[in-house]
Amino acid sequence: MDITLAVNGRQVTASIEANTLLSALLREGLALTGTHVACDTSQCGACTVLVDGASVKSCTLLAAEAAGATVVTIEGLAADGALHPMQQAFHDEHGLQCGFCTPGMVMSAVDLVAGNPDPSEAEIRAWLKGNICRCTGYQNIVKAICAGAAALRSA
Amino acid sequence: MYSFAYHCPASLADAKALLGRIEEARLLAGGQTLIPTLKQRLASPDAVIDLKGIGGLAAIERRGDALAIGALAKHAAVAASPVVRQAIPALAGLADGIGDPQVRNRGTLGGSIVNNDPAADYPAAVLGLGATVHTSERAIPADGFFTGLFETDLEPGEIVTSVSFPIPHRAAYVKFPNPASRYAMVGVFVAETSSGIRVAVTGAGPCVFRLAAAEQALARSFAPASLDGLRVDSQGLSSDIHAGAAYRAHLVAVMARRAVLQALG
Repeated sequence: MDITLAVNGRQVTASIEANTLLSALLREGLALTGTHVACDTSQCGACTVLVDGASVKSCTLLAAEAAGATVVTIEGLAADGALHPMQQAFHDEHGLQCGFCTPGMVMSAVDLVAGNPDPSEAEIRAWLKGNICRCTGYQNIVKAICAGAAALRSA
Repeated sequence: MYSFAYHCPASLADAKALLGRIEEARLLAGGQTLIPTLKQRLASPDAVIDLKGIGGLAAIERRGDALAIGALAKHAAVAASPVVRQAIPALAGLADGIGDPQVRNRGTLGGSIVNNDPAADYPAAVLGLGATVHTSERAIPADGFFTGLFETDLEPGEIVTSVSFPIPHRAAYVKFPNPASRYAMVGVFVAETSSGIRVAVTGAGPCVFRLAAAEQALARSFAPASLDGLRVDSQGLSSDIHAGAAYRAHLVAVMARRAVLQALG
């Protein structure tokens, strides 16, 4: 089957199988390998992308379900070569260790601050229930999201 | 995943026709249980029928003394809805505590209750509020909807369209979440309604159930102290690596007291 969707501001038409996951379409079909697949059991959140503005686990969504939707991946955040303020904050605060969970963390954080521009530390930690960092580097991830939210408020 | 056909009907009638025509078809709402199930090859349907193209199934509105919530209303939408937060804050809070943000952005009310996972949150609210489940065929009272482990009263080909929740005088839901999965090890929904006290328990046994002893005690006086000495029989409750039946029985009484306290708050 053929589906059309917007990915990072570009209209894309892709030929997929009915059982193709959105994560597979992004990574294998569109070569957007910034979306990571770690647990592949819907628990870790490394594959988080925005679908119509809401953070979702792209390994738990059929690509067919995203037909007609607007999808933003980690590759879609930086504008004109400049890092998105949330990406810059993860860089500045060293909000990563091995970095594998980072794309999901950043996408999840972007969704959080879109709805809650000034989240408390407790709200950030609660929001990150769906994102697992197995380096357990949460301290700097939380600091980075605080800093990213502040940067976005003053942008 | 095994291969399957994908359909996205534009109307309830088309969805029903597909269900009638295809031998083994599964309905797809939010997919937060179905997709993982397919990925683990625990199901191999001939077809997946995506309900997202059917209009009007995600509406949330107040109708007199009840809240009508569409089967495709996402947990995040219920949690954020000013209508729900005003009419039944306990229901908005319950939705806000399901899984994690990504799950709440996809998972739906209808998907949750139709799956009837023994540790799901929504069945406690549906049973605890004495809601009515509306389907493509009929209206099913909550007391007759949940029939067993992952089992409901639904007939083959029947599609849940909405749930009507009577607005209670006060209500609360408190759960002891499994720290990894966020599913309820035990969750208790307590409601004081115009037709009496209702107490529904999820997570503790194979299927959500009402706790008559607690309802009777709270009918005498709606206060946490009414549940002092409440003994919950562990017979028939679930035992697994997370908690034994006796511990779950103990948690039921603790969560029930906390829920009453919260409802009064």
